Amino acid sequence: MGLPDILFYVFAFLTLLCGVLVIANPFSRNPVTSAMFLVLTIISMAGLFVLLHAFFLAAVQILVYAGAVMVLFLFVIMLLDLKEEERRRVKKFGLVAGLVSVGAIVTIFLKVLLASKPGADLPVPMLEGEPAALGKLLFTQYLLPFEVVSVLLLVAMVGVILLSKKDLK
Amino acid sequence: MNIGLEHYLVVSALLFSLGLLGVITRRNLLVMYMSLELMLNAANLALVSFSRFNNNLNGQILVFFIITVAAAEVAVGLALIVALYRKRQTAHVEDLTTMKL
Repeated sequence: MGLPDILFYVFAFLTLLCGVLVIANPFSRNPVTSAMFLVLTIISMAGLFVLLHAFFLAAVQILVYAGAVMVLFLFVIMLLDLKEEERRRVKKFGLVAGLVSVGAIVTIFLKVLLASKPGADLPVPMLEGEPAALGKLLFTQYLLPFEVVSVLLLVAMVGVILLSKKDLK
Repeated sequence: MNIGLEHYLVVSALLFSLGLLGVITRRNLLVMYMSLELMLNAANLALVSFSRFNNNLNGQILVFFIITVAAAEVAVGLALIVALYRKRQTAHVEDLTTMKL
């Protein structure tokens, strides 16, 4: 077992552990704690991306998710001042129903993975996700989706400004 | 045993299920939103690992677009939550029962 394999297990464990702590933290029901653990999940997932040689996406993941998106989340949590979450009780029925349905989905996922063996007859991975290769593809083959996404960002920006005006009609 | 595609897919499936569990069980709108992000990230991980093990860069391009759309989605969703909070003073799903019969 080489270093990348050990690192995979470390990052995968960290990702899943912090993911659990995002949705169900036994010590604190404060949304800020959830947000912080989401940041940790995203950072360890960027580690997994590096192990998959997707260097550009790892950087984008940290910059956009751990940077921009999570700051947005923290700002909104601060703005809303959510204190009453702590004294609410979890409904038993919802918890049991959620656990049962998610358990069923996990069983289906794992059974499918076990039955299909997706990585059995694949060649040795040679792909490098460096910025130059991605940028080349993005500006040739995927030029139209790239431009459409920029328009989408503009639309989202205008929408957010409109939504956050004081007198919402 | 080498780390192959199925290892990454197992992590991705578990992460997706965690996000789904969060959406179903948590009642705070913000935490539900964070669970949604978790599910999106799980899909991203699956796409990147498929891309790596099939020697095909298109998966990573798709992940790039997903990250962009997710950022826009978070901005709009959080603006909606803030607008809702201004009107109702709550960020809890159980208090939003206008459409209940």
